[in-house]
Order: sequence, then structure tokens, then C-alpha cells
Amino acid sequence: MNASVAKITSPAEALVLDRKGARVSPIGSRAFLIEATGEFDLAAQRRIWALSKAAELWSETLEIVPGMTNLLVVLKVTPEDPETLALRLLEAWEQAESIDLVGRTIEIAVTYGGQHATDLAALCDRSGLSDREVVRIHYEGIYRVFALGSAPGFGYLHGLDPRIYMPRKSVPSLNMARGCVTIGGMQTGVAVLTGPNGWNSIGFAELQMFDPMSDTPAVMAPGDTVRFVPASIEL
Amino acid sequence: MIEIIQTGPFNTVQDLGRPGFRNIGVTTSGAMDPLALKVGNSLLGNETDAAVIEIQTYPFKLRFTKATAFVVTGADCGASIDGRPVQPWCALPVEAGQLLELGQPRVGTRAYICIAGGIDVAAVMGSRSTSLRGAFGGNEGRFLVAGDILQLGDISASLNLPATGIAVVDPAYALADVYPAPEDGALVVRAIPAGEHSLFGEDAERFWSQTWKISTQSDRTGYRLMGEPIKPTTPVEMRSHGVVSGVVQVPPSGEPIIQMSDANTAGGYPKIAGVIEADLWRLGQTRIGSRLRFVRVTHAQAAEVEKAVAGFIDDVRRTSRMVCGALQAMK
Repeated sequence: MNASVAKITSPAEALVLDRKGARVSPIGSRAFLIEATGEFDLAAQRRIWALSKAAELWSETLEIVPGMTNLLVVLKVTPEDPETLALRLLEAWEQAESIDLVGRTIEIAVTYGGQHATDLAALCDRSGLSDREVVRIHYEGIYRVFALGSAPGFGYLHGLDPRIYMPRKSVPSLNMARGCVTIGGMQTGVAVLTGPNGWNSIGFAELQMFDPMSDTPAVMAPGDTVRFVPASIEL
Repeated sequence: MIEIIQTGPFNTVQDLGRPGFRNIGVTTSGAMDPLALKVGNSLLGNETDAAVIEIQTYPFKLRFTKATAFVVTGADCGASIDGRPVQPWCALPVEAGQLLELGQPRVGTRAYICIAGGIDVAAVMGSRSTSLRGAFGGNEGRFLVAGDILQLGDISASLNLPATGIAVVDPAYALADVYPAPEDGALVVRAIPAGEHSLFGEDAERFWSQTWKISTQSDRTGYRLMGEPIKPTTPVEMRSHGVVSGVVQVPPSGEPIIQMSDANTAGGYPKIAGVIEADLWRLGQTRIGSRLRFVRVTHAQAAEVEKAVAGFIDDVRRTSRMVCGALQAMK
């Protein structure tokens, strides 16, 4: 084993390898998560995109799932020697050159405020900003789709202004509507399913984000640029 | 064709799931007991991943509207054809008009009705599995109701089953060498420590040593466990990342959740462990209210179990074809 690899725990504990800005750990027997340990930014995500393209081509790969500055690699069969696989992921990370995905620009019309903006008041309290300022800061932002996940077609958007960061709720809303425009921590997005949701809603968008019968079921793709356009502001 | 005569809620068409779309947020779905599905299909000469009916609520009745062959695998629920008992794990020919009935399970919790040719609903994104959350796939993206009519697929190499059928030994017995017996009534579930395991400090040991109870808030999405809470030594705010079924996450309450077939594709709770793929089917057959204990294993051990299970399924397919061929030749 490579001497430069810092092993967090003994093999009997957990196989976690951490070096040069990335950390690999297993989820069950066939999946491995590699996480960039540095800043949560576009530079890290560009390297994740490059790493995704490399790992997708490996013969043992069943599925790749890029996340927020991380990548889950699901293998076809359980490897007998997980350390070799973990080291290979770390090497691929080191070699991953930053790439930029050429995406589309998607404009999403939003009704800010109104009945669906259930958490706008709490966001104002936390930020010390008026509702008008919160809304303006949100629609003036230029966002990048870092990854899709959680629910069909849901895009995790990066680029939220730190002034309107808002932690996920400890008790999720039980029945948030599909279309709610939400903030979860330092991320924003549009809810694609009606149901329990821990993110904070500040508005509503009509745009359908997913169609299972389409050749490209998800409207968003990693690398796309998203702009929110205020269709109406009901404060 | 088959017609659903009586059914409870949450019974759906499933195959081995819809892999390859987690990267756009689409959960894999698929049978909660994939081993029962594979064995059933192999016994019938179907493609291993042909679609079947997953029964979670009983009683369930269906009528065959054409002659075919079927097998009920998974939970033993005292199945009968026109009132005559049929053995689980036994593939039988069936005539048009015959009624298949399933009662409350005696052992296990989910039964699989596998039929020659498979259930022929339209594949959506490469799979016939029902995605209840996304409301697509399977039979119109919903669970079955009385009156539903399902088409059956064509089978390329029909087996010519003998009238008395051919049976396979219940995998729980056939694979007893590779699956540990319950300890003090608790199911033994093998798992590998995951990324945040060490963050739990001494609580990590209590995760492995205590017996957990499967709460009533458990379904195809995930199993919520009840026990003495475990907490990380420092709070962590994770960046969202992809997950697979079997991941054991620990929400702020300290009571772990095992994500199952219909789980979210991404998560952010700290994860203490991941159940090995070869043990997921046993969870799929474990009842709400029963107890389980996690046992730590290595990847090498998990790979060994996986190989044994794959070997068993190959064996079923080969043997069933051979036996049917020999019986046919003797006629």
C-alpha cells in the first residue's frame, strides 16, 4: 500500500482512505464514495465531472452517481480487494483535469412569495433581510447544476448568495408541493415531487422537471446554467 | 393474460429494478427479495430479470386466462390453485380459468408470483418495475387493484413442466452454509463500516452490539430501526451524495434507517454502515416488529457470499432445464 495514504482507521474498523484532497469510503459491498475534501466550489465540481467520465469507462463500473463535489461508483460485483479499487479512484482523482460541461441555459419562471413560500418569513428572520431583498438576491443569482439526485430530475444548484443560506429544517414539511422553489443550506432547487421536504420554500415554479417517457427524462443536466425569472412577486 | 381478483394495497409489478438512472435522481425500485425473483424466473426458464408480481399485503387472488406455468417464491403464504394447496418454490403448469390464492404468510413477508414469459407491462427507462414515488413503470405507475388485467410475455424456450411440477429447495435452507442462523431470535445482517463510522466514537460499538427492532415506519423505501440511539461525537453537515440500498444512515434522532429498494438516490445523513448486497433479500423478508443485529464483515467475505448465491441461481436454471428435458424424453 502507498505510504502517502493516511489511513483513518484500521481495516477491521472501516476502509477509509484520505489523501490529496479526496476521501474514499465504501457503502455496502459494491459501492464506493469519493468525496473532495476541499472547498464546496465549481473548481472541485469540475474535477468531479472529469473523474465521473473516467470512472464510467471502467469495465467493472455498473453506475456512476455524481453528487455535490463527490462521486458514487457502483460496481457490477463485489471486489475481493477493495483497497485496490479505492487507490485507483484516488489516482483517477489526482489525474482528473478540470473540465467544464457545456450546458444549456434554463430559465425558470417563478412566483415568489404567495401560498407556497412557507419559509420566506423564517429566512428573513435569519438573514435580517426584507422579503423583497431575499427574493431579489435569489433571482439575480446565476446558478449551475452541479448534480441531479434525490428525486427524479431534481437538480442541485450551486451559486446561492451566502446572505440567503438557510439550513435544512430539522423537522421536514410533511407535504411540500412539487414546484416549490427551495433553499437547502448553501444549495437551491425546485421540488420535483409533492411530499416530505426539509428544504425552505420561497416560491413556486410551474416548469415540469421530469418526463419518464422522454428520451431525456430530466430537463436539467449537470453543467447547465439556471436563471430564475420572477413571473410575479406576491409579498 | 391474468386478472387480479382480490388484492390489498402496495402490491406491484417488479423486476430487478432500474439501474443506471440514479444520476438523474431515479431510484432503482425492483423486488425487495431479488433472490426469490431470480430463482422463480430461473425455475420457469424465464429471463432472470423478468417482471413478476410482488405481494406485500394479503389475501391476494388472481385468475389465469390462458394456460401457462407459474411459481410462488419468497414468503410461504399457503398458496392454492382452485382450492388445492400448492407448495412454495414449486413451478407448476396451470390451465386457463384457474384461480391462484395467497393467504397471510407463515414464513417471510413478501411473496413473488412468477409466471412463464414474465409480466409484460411496458418497460420505462429500461425496466418494468413500478416506481410508486415517481408514478411510472409497472402497471401505470401504481399498485395493483382488483380488475387489473396484465399481459404475459412470450417465452422463447418453454420448459414443458410435468403436471406435478418441479421444485427447488427454499434458498433459506439450500444456502444455509452461507447465511448465518438467527441469534436469540434476531436476524443476523452482515454489513461493512461506512464513511462516518469513526465519527460515532464509542457509540459505533453499540451499533454493532445491540439488537435493533424494525419499526412500523418501515416499507419499500426504508426500514427505521428502534433501539438505544447512537450519535456522532460532533455534528456533521454532509454535502449531498449518491446512496445505494442497504446504506445505514443515522438521522439526528440517533435511530438508524436502512434504505431499501425505493429509497432516495441521494442522502446527506452520516452513514455508519452498508448492508452487503447479498443480505438485502433477507431484510426484504423480515417482518415489521422483528429484531436484527449487524455483524461486521469484509469485502472478501461479501464477495464469497455473492458467488455462492450466483452459483445457486445458475444451478437452479441448469437443473430445471435438465429435469424437464429428461422427463419429456421419457414420455
